[in-house]
Amino acid sequence: MIEVVHSQKLKTAQEAVERIQDGDSLLVGGFGLTGTPFTLIDTITEQDRARNLTIISNNLGEAGKGLGKLLNSGHIRKAVGSYFTSNRDAVQAWSRGELEIELIPQGTLAEAIRAGGAGIAAFYTKTGVGTSLGAGKEERVFCGERHLLVEGIRAKVAIIRAYKADTLGNLVYFKTARNFNPVMATAADLVIAEVDEIVEAGQLEPEQIVTPHSYVDILVINDRYEKVGGTYVERSVEPG
Amino acid sequence: MSAQLNPDEIRKRIARRIALELESGMVVNLGVGIPTLIQDFLQPNHGVFLQSENGLLGMGPTPPDDEFDMDLISASKHPITLEPGASIFSSSDSFAMIRGGHIDVAVMGALQVSERGEIANWSIPGQDILGVGGAMDLVASAKTMMIAINHLTKDSKPKLVRNLSYPTSGIRFAQKVIDGGERIFIENSRMILREIAPDCTLEEISATTEAHFEVAEDLKTMPVTPHAMGSGIA
Repeated sequence: MIEVVHSQKLKTAQEAVERIQDGDSLLVGGFGLTGTPFTLIDTITEQDRARNLTIISNNLGEAGKGLGKLLNSGHIRKAVGSYFTSNRDAVQAWSRGELEIELIPQGTLAEAIRAGGAGIAAFYTKTGVGTSLGAGKEERVFCGERHLLVEGIRAKVAIIRAYKADTLGNLVYFKTARNFNPVMATAADLVIAEVDEIVEAGQLEPEQIVTPHSYVDILVINDRYEKVGGTYVERSVEPG
Repeated sequence: MSAQLNPDEIRKRIARRIALELESGMVVNLGVGIPTLIQDFLQPNHGVFLQSENGLLGMGPTPPDDEFDMDLISASKHPITLEPGASIFSSSDSFAMIRGGHIDVAVMGALQVSERGEIANWSIPGQDILGVGGAMDLVASAKTMMIAINHLTKDSKPKLVRNLSYPTSGIRFAQKVIDGGERIFIENSRMILREIAPDCTLEEISATTEAHFEVAEDLKTMPVTPHAMGSGIA
């Protein structure tokens, strides 16, 4: 049993993912499997309430792992992200016509989510100019250089992974597991953060906090996965 | 060319040679593939600041197996370490660094490079490649671009071509190309062969390169062994 300091935002993974509806758009943190909210993803798969999801995430995990599990269980209709080749199941689902894919350059994806979270409807960027991914987009020249118009991205729900929360919901991250998680926390109507540990408010240094609590609606404890030999694996014993 | 070397040795050769190009104080992004071997081939006290698109400045070499931590990875999703003074930030801050023009050198792989230096490194017509990653952001905004590639494609076609037949990654040009047999500079839209590996001949390179290239008057032999590069390199 994992000891947890009580927080008003704390819910079980089951309670948290009940808020996700059929057809919702979901921002999902992670770069490959690093910084992935594994417990929440597994719970969505098992609960099997919400299907036809649009997943906005850099990748779709790996074959059978992380978002790869949610793909194989048939819950994803569309994936929006920068790199899906590393999950062969995603490539096959796409070629069978079972998965819609929208490819966005990684920096454009990150900035579109940042804009979505910051109340910026759209922005211009040089990334993608002259490429097939930029084809058909509105173009404008600034300072003599061509730019493309890109709209901000928001989603109904964000599920993210942090290392530690305090009881208010302030978040800190661990090493490069930070990646897309902080920016995704800003760009959804409902933000669910999966953490390893919750401490009392005041125990995190203000300068250390990366995501302020006002962005976070629900905290869920990762009680399913542990790090063994540097890799996350499912705990062998069901949590008590 | 380099027929006696296996693909892994050729990749290491390329990474070693590129490590020599990087100078103290440079901020260098390492892309997916061969570039994310380079952190293991820099000299001690190299002073180069390696940036990784997933939110890291100050990437260090691969840790020993028993110190792997999959919460600390490169763009290729392999375990790495932190150098003293390293910093970690979000993907949006990382791409602000990239797109804001704060990267001195982007080292990236490519599927094709045209003789003018145009880069195709995200898609092959007719193949299921569903990934672009940070390639277009780097091509649009890095100050300079260095290409780390195998000389030929997997089906033995030239990667250095007159014009791209694969989709381009942007409208800016690479400055250098290094493969297992050669080091090429691209200046004023012209490829200039500057170094050739000791186990390659000019005839071989000409026969397997579609792009037009000139041979530098002072063509040099590419240092390919740790010994030829000076001590202290892995």
